[in-house]
This record gives sequence, C-alpha cells and structure tokens, in this order.
Amino acid sequence: MTTTSTTDPIILAEGLTKAFGSSPGRFRRRRTTDGGFTAVDGIDLRIAPGELVGYIGPNGAGKSTTIKMLTGILTPTSGLLRVAGFEPQRDRVRLARRIGVVFGQRTTLWWDLPLKDSFTLLQRLYRIPPDRFGENLAYYTAALDLGEFLDRPVRQLSLGQRMRGDITAALLHDPAVVYLDEPTIGLDVVSKHAVREFLSDLNQRTGTTILLTTHDIADIERLCSRVVAIDHGRVTYDGSIDDLRADRDLETVVRELYLGRSLVDTTE
Amino acid sequence: MADTTTEPDDRPLWGPTAYLLLVRIWMRAASQYRVSLLLTTVAQLFTTCLDLIAILVIYSHVRTIGGFTLPETLYLYGTTRLAFAVSDALASGVENLATMIRLGNFDLVLIRPVSSLAQVLADQFTPKRFGKLAAPVLTLGWAIDALPLHWTAAKAAVAIGTVVCGLVLYCALWVLTGCISFIAVDAQEVANSFTYGSENATEYPLSIFGRPLGLALTFVLPVAFVTWQPSLYVLGHPDPFGLPEFLRFASPAAAAVLSGLAALAWRACIRHYRSTGS
Repeated sequence: MTTTSTTDPIILAEGLTKAFGSSPGRFRRRRTTDGGFTAVDGIDLRIAPGELVGYIGPNGAGKSTTIKMLTGILTPTSGLLRVAGFEPQRDRVRLARRIGVVFGQRTTLWWDLPLKDSFTLLQRLYRIPPDRFGENLAYYTAALDLGEFLDRPVRQLSLGQRMRGDITAALLHDPAVVYLDEPTIGLDVVSKHAVREFLSDLNQRTGTTILLTTHDIADIERLCSRVVAIDHGRVTYDGSIDDLRADRDLETVVRELYLGRSLVDTTE
Repeated sequence: MADTTTEPDDRPLWGPTAYLLLVRIWMRAASQYRVSLLLTTVAQLFTTCLDLIAILVIYSHVRTIGGFTLPETLYLYGTTRLAFAVSDALASGVENLATMIRLGNFDLVLIRPVSSLAQVLADQFTPKRFGKLAAPVLTLGWAIDALPLHWTAAKAAVAIGTVVCGLVLYCALWVLTGCISFIAVDAQEVANSFTYGSENATEYPLSIFGRPLGLALTFVLPVAFVTWQPSLYVLGHPDPFGLPEFLRFASPAAAAVLSGLAALAWRACIRHYRSTGS
C-alpha cells in the first residue's frame, strides 16, 4: 500500500547543513561582509513513524533552522533530507499536506475572521474531504474545548485560546508529521497542561509523529520518550530521556547541555 | 464536492482557485471595517481623477502634446490606467511581501499546500482597489466616443488586447518587483518606482520623452508595449520614433516573455529565501 514500511524513518537527515551568507548558489556574488555562519552543521537524524521527539537546545542553536528545512521553507546548503519520502524544499507544496506546523510565536489563523472561518478555509486549501473535516473539527472542538470561541474573531482570543486554535489548524488535514515550535510559550499552567495532555493523546491515538521544540523542561518530561539536543548546529545528545536523567535530575542535565557540554557518545 | 476519493489524489489545489478562495476570505476580513473601507474607496476614486485633471489643464493651453490630440491622449491614458488599475486590484498584494519577509510571516506562506504566488498576490485583498477602476473606464469611454475613428473589428480586437496584455505585463512587473523584496527587504521604494513609475510614464504619449527615453521604455522595461505601440495602430498614428510596423502587434509576445521571466525569478527567490532568525 504505502511506500514507507514501519522500519523506514519518516524523517531522515544525513549531514544536514545550512550555512547563511555564503551559499554556493546562483546568488554567489552576494557575499555578506560578516562572513556568514553555519546555523546547522552536519546533523544526522532518524525519526521513526509514531515517535514523539523533544528537540532542545539554547537560543540560536539551530532548532528553528532545522525545522524550517524539514518543512521546505529553507533550502539546505548540503546533506540529505527526506520527510515522509519527500525532499522538502523541492516537493514543498506536496509535502505541505502531510505535515502540520505550529509556531508558538506566530499564528497561522486569519486575524480578523471568526476562528471557524480559518478552519473552513483550510479545508478548501488542504482539500480535506467534507466528512473527514466534519469529524476532525468535532473531535478537536471537544478535545481542546474550542466551542465557546469558535465564532469569535481570532484577534479577540486569549493566547491560550489562540494556541488551541492554531494546534487544531495544524491537525485538521491529518498530517503524518507535526512540528511544534515552542507550543507552550507564554501559556499559563492550566493551558500548558491541557496542551501537553492533548499532544500525548494525539500521539498515542493516531500515531502521528511529533517533533517538539521547547524550553520548558516539564514539556519534555511529560511528553518525550526521546530527546535530541543541539548546540552550535551540532547534535550534542540523541537518546532516551531515561538515559539522560539516569544519574541526575533532568533540569541539571539540560542546563549542562545548554552550557555546551556534549553528551554524545560515539555510538549513537 | 466531486472528489470523494482524495486519498490517492496528490495534486495541490490549482493556483487560480486558491487565489480566488483567498481573495474572498481577505475581502471578508476587509469588510469587518466597513466605514474605513467606504472612505478609502471614495478617496481612491478621487485621487485617480487628479491626473486626469492635470491632462485637461495642459490641453486647455495647447492643442497637441507630442503630436497627439486630447482624445488621443485620453485614449492612451484610459487604456494604461485601466490595465494598471486591474493589475493593481489583482496583484498588489505583492506590496506586502517586504513586510511579510521582514516579520517572518512569509514562512507561513511556504507551509501551505498551495502556490506561494497565489497567496502573495491575494494577500490583504481589499475591494477598495476597485475604486481605481472608475476614472479609467469613464475616460476611455469618453475618448472612444470623441475619437474621429472608423472602428473595425481588427481595431476593436487590438484595443481589447491592449488592455489585456497591459494587465498581464503589469502583473508580471508586480511579481518582479516583489522579487526585489527577497534581495533587499527595504527596497519597496525602488520597486514602486518600477510599477508606479512605469505606469506614470505610459499614460502620456511616449513621444514627449524624446527618443532615448522612449526607446528605453520600449525595450529595457517593455512598458511601451502596454499601450503605446498597439494604440498607435488603433489611432492610425505613425510612430514618432519610426519603429517597424510589426511592433504594433508584439504586445502579447512581450507580455508572455515578461510573465515567463517573472515566474522564473519567483522560483529562484523562493529557493533562496532566508527566513528570519527564529
């Protein structure tokens, strides 16, 4: 049926690199004076379908750049990258229907229109079959408690409400992979909890692969069985969360990772 | 509705369909602010009439400009303005591109399963742009009525073709100027000098600019094809620059070439898009 068997990774990166300012493309002459820098520097990543992976690292480590390459927004400078069998930048438009993206810091919803209008527009843009759309919208409306503000313009929603709307918007088309870039940023304790429980349930119920970036240790602790840490564009840890906190508490270990200590052992 | 089995159907939504869908949603968003919409539409209507008044003032002092009478000039003005106003209504969403790129919102365009160009062209579409159509339509109507011309089917076809090709050419120019935003985010002013500048250049008879500039506008920025060359044919006016006859009918070719260039440039820009920091 499908081309990907269970053993094939749904996200595969080998030597993935993104350098800014010195791209060897057609715009070669446009060299920046600051010499450019390498945001992502040879990352290897294999994520199997159904995994829920925490992608962590200090500000500027290269997390967002990685996610932008995984979505096809940015073209890698070098390396191999496949998401759900697609080469993201080249097949960006086709890949878009198989992935969902949530940016904690910006909304994908239409600001001046009722939340529901954004959803019905997305139905058309993603060509979601009407019955499937109806089912999904009903499910998410109940699961994320959207009912009371579905008819309210997005600009009038609280941050927590808007985030729940954004998460729904990213999932209505049943994506195989979901990237969440700091989905709990700025949320209060109750909303954070609701978002975490929802994501955990989504992952278990549908087997959706989730890649989550966050600075909130509790997000990682509650949700992720596997953690990938990067710093200066390089992977500094890739393994289970249990190994990570084997001898110390997670917060201490993460702080050390952020301070630049590599925990990568040469094995995997 | 027709497609019940979307499972294997991998095709993204067709660009023009997506464009119309987005135009509709932006119009709905704009209509949330009704009073503002009404006032700006009326304002657009009046400001577009100002150029027209300037032309009328000039002709109250002289009989011809660059060898063209008032109805002839108004015909040039009307066709250019109409082509531009329609392109402006359809494509000036591109003007928001620099802001979208600077704020990082262009990322959101790239995660949608529809043409990025359709999304950018439709961005912030507002019905107020239709206000700009009134002046050119009235002017053109009056000019056609006042021109001492014997209208043939060929002339009518060329006249309609003038507006259509002009509109396509301007849309291509909009896209090309949008590409400037990818290279230099603050370059919107430069970009505007191409679109609005070329519009202003072609609403008068090109002969007033003299030969070097007139030829530059013809070939470097193929703006002259928009109205000037085909209009010479419709008006039965000899070319003051003495260019060959076949150029009167080269507008479709010019529009096609510029559209192709615009499409290529757009693709290159998407490939080299750098996004923002976070």
